[in-house]
Amino acid sequence: MSRPSDHIDSKPVVDADAKIVNPNLGVVGWLRWFWRQLTSMRTALLLLLLLAIAAVPGSLVPQRSSDPNGVSQYFVDHKDTAPILDKFQMFDVYSSAWFSAIYLLLFISLIGCVLPRTKHHIEALRAAPPVTPANLVRLPAYAQLTVSGKSAEEVLEAARSVLKADRYRVARYDRAAGGKGKLKSAAAITVSAERGYMRESGNLIFHFALVGVLIAVGFGGGFGFAGQRAIYEGQAFTNSLIAFDSFNPGRFFDPVTLPPYTIKLDKFTAVYEEQNTNAIGQPVDYTADVTTQIKGEKPQKQTIKVNEPLRIAGTDVYLLGNGYAPTVTIRDPQGNVIFTDSVEFLPQDKNLTSLGVIKLPDGLSEQLGLIGFLYPTVSTGHSGASFSMYPDLIDPQLAFDVYSGDLGLDNGVPRSVFALDTKDMTKLAGRNSPLEAIELKPGETADLPNGLGTVTFDGVKRFVSLDIHRDPTQGWVLVFALTALAGLLISLFIPRRRMWVSVTENSDGSVTAECAGLARGDDPTLEGAVTTLKDKLERALGLTRD
Amino acid sequence: MTDTLSQYSVLSLYSAMAVYAIAFVLFTLDLARGASQDSAPVGEAKTVTVVPERRKLARIAMSLTVIGWLLQLAATVMRGLAASRVPWANMYEFAMTGTLIITGVFLLVNLKWDMKFLGSFVTGLVLLLLGLAATRYYVEIVPLPPALQSYWLVIHVFVATLATGFFALGFALSLMQLLQTKRENSVAANEKTRLGFLTRLPDSVQLENYAYRLIIIGFVLWTFTLIAGAIWAEKAWGRYWGWDTKEVWTFIIWTIYAGYIHARSTRGWRGSRSAWLAMIGFAAVMFNFTVVNIFFKGLHAYSGL
Repeated sequence: MSRPSDHIDSKPVVDADAKIVNPNLGVVGWLRWFWRQLTSMRTALLLLLLLAIAAVPGSLVPQRSSDPNGVSQYFVDHKDTAPILDKFQMFDVYSSAWFSAIYLLLFISLIGCVLPRTKHHIEALRAAPPVTPANLVRLPAYAQLTVSGKSAEEVLEAARSVLKADRYRVARYDRAAGGKGKLKSAAAITVSAERGYMRESGNLIFHFALVGVLIAVGFGGGFGFAGQRAIYEGQAFTNSLIAFDSFNPGRFFDPVTLPPYTIKLDKFTAVYEEQNTNAIGQPVDYTADVTTQIKGEKPQKQTIKVNEPLRIAGTDVYLLGNGYAPTVTIRDPQGNVIFTDSVEFLPQDKNLTSLGVIKLPDGLSEQLGLIGFLYPTVSTGHSGASFSMYPDLIDPQLAFDVYSGDLGLDNGVPRSVFALDTKDMTKLAGRNSPLEAIELKPGETADLPNGLGTVTFDGVKRFVSLDIHRDPTQGWVLVFALTALAGLLISLFIPRRRMWVSVTENSDGSVTAECAGLARGDDPTLEGAVTTLKDKLERALGLTRD
Repeated sequence: MTDTLSQYSVLSLYSAMAVYAIAFVLFTLDLARGASQDSAPVGEAKTVTVVPERRKLARIAMSLTVIGWLLQLAATVMRGLAASRVPWANMYEFAMTGTLIITGVFLLVNLKWDMKFLGSFVTGLVLLLLGLAATRYYVEIVPLPPALQSYWLVIHVFVATLATGFFALGFALSLMQLLQTKRENSVAANEKTRLGFLTRLPDSVQLENYAYRLIIIGFVLWTFTLIAGAIWAEKAWGRYWGWDTKEVWTFIIWTIYAGYIHARSTRGWRGSRSAWLAMIGFAAVMFNFTVVNIFFKGLHAYSGL
């Protein structure tokens, strides 16, 4: 941060020199030396630039926090370098030891700089403006006028009220005649004025607010949580730990604090572009109609959209994804239902060709695994392969590859519901197998291979994936960020300056008033301000008309 | 209707580019003419009065820039009308609106201070960006994906672009400042210099002050962009900050310019060093707009660029 112009940056250096002479610097001495180095402007600047550089690698290498799949892929693509990069925390740059060290040092440096400045500023706020310099002509902005028919006191009083009206803090200093020869100066009565104390206030507010942002961000991560859950139309989700598909609690998160409520997806509507020939099939709108119920309260109909999250019981619910969940029923050869459910299929392309897996560990004579492809609007390419040509459900078709063998579910290793490990399985139907893949339109039933039973495609529901978050301090982060912005505006655009008016009596009985100004910090309007002061003074004395 | 309007938009944009091209040539000639003058001593640079006929070129160039700007404004407005939304939702439109704003800021600043000497830089940069956008990144009008349907698109992106306009001029002034310092040093050492064309420009201290004043405006706007972006990210993506590549670079740029502002009041960093920071800052802005948008993976990448 920029120091006030009367702050002496060099002083510590002199002290340090003095101590070099003395070999017994001692622990305290060294600490003091280190502290002065850390809180010096130059160190702060270097840390700031270092922080900018340190942030770069996180944009070049995928990060676990924002792109975990990218990191896995990176490990596959760069087998040799990935572990080395990982050692340097390159996949967790923003929580890494070295990145944290830089910003923590920066903030310590900042606090070490801001605290003494706050003390200095509070003292300045209480103090009167400084004594008027003897030679005003030397100041960067200067103007003078000579008046006859007014006494010096009248002129000074006019200057005082003009400055007061411009919200200057004013003090009067009188000076007796003095000096000799060229340096001889006449007796003068003067006012000294200063304004723009808010500039430094704004500067300090900005820096304190940044500390506030850092603390709020730090705490927010600790007490909050983020969880994901996919639900299909008609399905309800209860806000409890076991109901989440994935859950990331903060360090201090307590599951008891999860507010009890349910969200049921009534209907999900996706609108796709139909008119614009350049964008056929591009999504235009996603709307999830839900019924929410907080425990002990009445159910409520609500909607969630991409830019309109649902705020419920202190948590925020976001619509982050959607897809199709075909409803499939599987019967054994006797016609007993052994499986019926809507299964979430993951979208694979922009026309929502979707991929899903059904695992049948029990109920049939052997374990079966089905890999399903849903084409919302099916079409056949030159090679005979099916694909989807439009994301909406105009002519849906479901195709299954069938595998038999060990699903690998019995040995206790956790398995993804979206993937089928076919290593220990035999392909019964699908490409490069004895039978063609099973193809079904809604309502159709087909036989499974080898007389294992039947599979029915009952219809398609839509599903949404919801992100449920709580960040108890994000409001505070916003408040501090906006405070910082306000402080920044004040500190950069309110000019701080000192003004002086010195009035002397001339030998012919007329009176000369000298106006001068000195900027503290960048002030492009200083010269204009001095001219304006002179003009206002003339007007106040009745020398010019308004 | 939509097609006709967007075609007129393209036509109007190409006309604007043609006019900018002429303005660029004239601005450059005006600068080059300064070179034929003898290098004046440093102290006089501030007060050198310019021979009126010499500045005729710059005045014509300035008028052309205004005409080009109006044509580009028409092009941008028509693009927006044709799409029934703000005309900044893909690379082509960013470039169009962004350069419109850069030129707009240039014209605006010229109402206050005479900065015609930056005309070459501004028209040159604008031409380069527009040329790239129109030939490489032109896309037909498509509707906004749900993630972009928010009033924050209007606020966040517009303010970011406005900040870019101020940073661009800050960059140019800092570059001029460095060259001017070099020339002033040569003059002081009685050496020959090929930078004579800078004689008529303000001295390096004055250039630095101009740069600082424009950059602090850009910095405030950038701070706002960052906050507005965080608010929008919270609504659309469920978190206000996630170190997405674009967020990272927004942060980097903010930090560099914060460094610049501090450098101005650090002993040994005022002058040339802080000018370098201002230039690195703008290089990062351009990197963020081009390389990060096109080659980096992240949430800010939307279809069709």
